[in-house]
Amino acid sequence: MTDARAIETLISAARPQAVGALLRYFRDLDRAEEAFQEACLRALKNWPKNGAPRDPAAWLIFVGRNVGIDAVRRDKRLVALPDEPALSDLDDVETPLAERLDGADYRDDILRLLFICSDPSLPAEHQVGLALRIVSGLTVPQIARAFLVSEAAMEQRITRAKAKIAASGRQFETPDAIARSERVGAVAAMIYLVFNEGYSSRPEAGQAATVLCEEAIRLGRLLLRIFPTEPEIMGLLALMLLQNSRNAARIDAAGEIILLDDQDRSRWNAKMIGEGLALVDKAFRHRQPGSYQIQSAIAALHARAKTAAETDWTEIELLYRMLERIEPSPVVTLNRAVAVAKVQGAQAALDLIEPLGDRLSGYFNYHGLRGGLLLELERCREAREAFDRAIALARNPAEAAHIRRHLDRMQAKAH
Amino acid sequence: MLYAILCYNHEDTVGQWTKEEDDAVMARLDAVLQPIERSGRLGPVARLLPTTAATTLRKAGGEPLVIDGPFAETKEQFLGFYLVDFDSLDEALAFSKDLAEANPGGGSYEIRPVGYMRERDKDKHAS
Repeated sequence: MTDARAIETLISAARPQAVGALLRYFRDLDRAEEAFQEACLRALKNWPKNGAPRDPAAWLIFVGRNVGIDAVRRDKRLVALPDEPALSDLDDVETPLAERLDGADYRDDILRLLFICSDPSLPAEHQVGLALRIVSGLTVPQIARAFLVSEAAMEQRITRAKAKIAASGRQFETPDAIARSERVGAVAAMIYLVFNEGYSSRPEAGQAATVLCEEAIRLGRLLLRIFPTEPEIMGLLALMLLQNSRNAARIDAAGEIILLDDQDRSRWNAKMIGEGLALVDKAFRHRQPGSYQIQSAIAALHARAKTAAETDWTEIELLYRMLERIEPSPVVTLNRAVAVAKVQGAQAALDLIEPLGDRLSGYFNYHGLRGGLLLELERCREAREAFDRAIALARNPAEAAHIRRHLDRMQAKAH
Repeated sequence: MLYAILCYNHEDTVGQWTKEEDDAVMARLDAVLQPIERSGRLGPVARLLPTTAATTLRKAGGEPLVIDGPFAETKEQFLGFYLVDFDSLDEALAFSKDLAEANPGGGSYEIRPVGYMRERDKDKHAS
């Protein structure tokens, strides 16, 4: 690893903490970011000569704070005399105090940053863009590539989100316990959105999409470190790790998606699976099951199966039943039907999904699963109709190819 | 004399390494290990999963407390460790409770899953 790259790594790891602390000092997102950037430039000059500091975040905060104060002074000279509190603040920094970070500040600073980015008044895609820019420090072109939008569009999205937050003035409110727990839920949802954006993106997003998954996992770890006893956050991190562990196995040489059943499981990432399983264990000790935990437990059962045939579908069916109770949705029921088909057979699964037809008529997976079940029950004409509808609704070539394989098999049987 | 050599660093920073960088570090470490291993002096080598995967058992008068997260006290010192293969965290906790009972006084046991394990002449991933 080159020196420059090593420094980049230190800076990027320190970023959420440093930007969070600078935001606390300056109460202005742009100023905090500028101060951080300037501190980074100085680090790039200083650290190769003097060696990296033991606590890179504290160094960046200290330098960023002094730089920012200078900038405030310059601006103030152009405008008017600083008001009283700003003046006394400046005096305070004249003394070159070595910044000691206490644990509570660290926690609150990072949490404030995360809260800002998952502000409920922002549309989901603005939340995600803002978090990737401010907390993760991805560049606008990087984020734009991952989202397959133009840089100008992404820049605008982030600028608007920032303006909205500045105008609302909400970022420095101290939420009460209930509001706080709701907002933690919003942060978790925002992080999972980042992950899904990467995980479900089209293959042409390539490396940029992988970066999103890794960033989401990093944010998940950050959140879990702030709330170490929160089982849903453990579940969220576990879910992302277990899904991401299949990353290398789920795209073929042509860049097409390979479905779970057909993946080469030896290419799953054992280290990520290990961490995911450990977190699932930790979460379930709390006996407060939630949506992320249950989904992570389902992912864990897939991860534990050495081959697709060894999957514990009985347990998966139970978990989907729990998920249905907590978060009833036709898609969850559809997923349960896959497990029901494996455990109780096609007729039971078909009975379960027939009532969903109205709500899922525009959903690829519904028609695909229905076709498969009808085929198993040898209702070939209806199966063909369902498969045709599925192909029309396929979101990518792999999905369409998967259905075509069924149709080809039907064809071969008929002859 | 057997020596235990314990490795400390910022896990956030190490977590920032790309797969290629991580592999490169492991390869460089491997080059350091090989001659020692050939001379028969190398014991087990383990790389632990992040502290977010840790659980801590804290002795507190009666029944020990189970706390999510790593050991966080700075007043106590690292005294020893066990490396055991269990199927679940519950088994690991039960074992740690037995240890806590057998061992007088205060203290804690941090239960941290192993991400990578190297034993004589063979590499394997723990899972």
